Amino acid sequence: MTIAQARTLIAERFPGAQTAGDAPMVVTVPVDAWVPFARFAKETLGCRFFSFLSAVDWKEEGLEVVAKIDNVDEKLSLLLKTRLGPGVSACPSLTGVYKGADWMERECYDMFGIRFEGHPDLRRILLGDDWEGHPLLKSYAVDTPHPPFR
Amino acid sequence: MSTVAPSTRVELDYTGSERLTMNMGPQHPSAHGVFRAILTLEGEEVVGIDAMIGYLHRCHEKLAETLTYAQYPSIASKTDYVAAMTSEFAYVRAAEMIGKIEVPKRAQYLRVIAAELQRVASHLLWLGTWCLDMGGALGGGATVFLYCIREREFILDLFEALVGARLLYGFYQVGGVRYDLPPGWTDTCRETVDFIDRRIDEYQRMLEENPFFLVRTQGVGVVSRELAQEVGLSGPLVRGSGVNYDLRRTDPYSSYEDFDFRVPVETGGDCFARYRVRMVEFRESLTIVRQALEKLPEGPISSRPGLKSVAQIRIPKGEAYARVEGARGEVGCYLIADGGPKPYRMKWRGASFSNLAILPHIIPGHKVADVVAIMGSVDPVFGEVDR
Repeated sequence: MTIAQARTLIAERFPGAQTAGDAPMVVTVPVDAWVPFARFAKETLGCRFFSFLSAVDWKEEGLEVVAKIDNVDEKLSLLLKTRLGPGVSACPSLTGVYKGADWMERECYDMFGIRFEGHPDLRRILLGDDWEGHPLLKSYAVDTPHPPFR
Repeated sequence: MSTVAPSTRVELDYTGSERLTMNMGPQHPSAHGVFRAILTLEGEEVVGIDAMIGYLHRCHEKLAETLTYAQYPSIASKTDYVAAMTSEFAYVRAAEMIGKIEVPKRAQYLRVIAAELQRVASHLLWLGTWCLDMGGALGGGATVFLYCIREREFILDLFEALVGARLLYGFYQVGGVRYDLPPGWTDTCRETVDFIDRRIDEYQRMLEENPFFLVRTQGVGVVSRELAQEVGLSGPLVRGSGVNYDLRRTDPYSSYEDFDFRVPVETGGDCFARYRVRMVEFRESLTIVRQALEKLPEGPISSRPGLKSVAQIRIPKGEAYARVEGARGEVGCYLIADGGPKPYRMKWRGASFSNLAILPHIIPGHKVADVVAIMGSVDPVFGEVDR
């Protein structure tokens, strides 16, 4: 599948999605199309390789969830994005589509406090269970004091 | 004459289905760092595993937001401290992609030489420690370990002559590399490469003619092609499961297209397949180093003038995802620049993090001793898992 073919298929199936660039092709979808689009990308576009999932805090514009998937046989590389909206920190989980989303979403929850709905075991992964706050939010200062020996 | 006391042993009504929770780590020699696995056992068999990570978490991603593009590369080497060269590589590539900064041909070749030597050094450490983990089956265990560490020292000596440091380098800079080759380095490097090449053959014979090694690795920890991709395995792990995915080939960077090398792929998906992939990679990396030394062009080693202040590099607004093939797989850096001297956001895609996430999928059903063999074959570096 060429990049042009993939772009046509995306435009047909998901008219609300915006695409830009080639390597990786950036696809921005509304949050309610997040899981259906991932399933479509895996099954129809053959993007079976799950590279990473993370988020970006755009301050007053809210959080954006980013995921990178690849079709390694045909060198198709997609960077999926969705905006959660100001003040929203809930996002549907991709764990039903990609097994690799499990740890990635746990990390994202740990760092940004995003609740992934449908995740089987959403708890902190890198920080301790008693940690307060989510460090990668822009509102979390680098020098936030915390007790020693955590 | 004393009589033997009657036995006080009590026979428990043990059916083998009782579950035992066993804690492995965080300080366990086979963890190669700090990793805790809470294993649920039925007899000798593992039925559940909860992998606990984060002991080495330093929040590199937040740290990167507070450091300039000139400052962070030398910190990036602390993510994967066993293959520090490739971590720096991913970050500077991301910055160069956003800023559309050219890298001179000689610098590209020097980057390749450093990255490939680093892969050999990292694989040597993996082979040694993995064989040490599997212990007595391998001629006392420490044999292969000591041999590998000895060979790795030669590469570290090369790095020391080149950079001045043995483990954490700061060799890569935005726009090029920091140092040119010192006089005589090329010859020493060629000798070292030939020497290691011969030694690798010896180790391969030592291991593959050892039935204990084969029993402990063949058919252990099998990962299917589908599962490998879905979890996001990369590097020798995904290639050991039959997926032909090597970024040096699928998405060439830094002049990798100039070199002639094979990408080993094995279809077994077990510990032995991953071992075989790495053994071929050793030789391919050495081949690339030889070719790069042969064809090394003359010219500048950086497209940027020497820095007068750390905030001098300005990267325009934009974003990029740069990935390089590290010793453990796809090391990625997703960088968002807002036009200032520091990035707005940096996401580090550590190969070890995704590779380690395979453990809960493959460990159940194996014996306790196999956990060590499987974990060693994954080759996690906890600096990169926890970042």
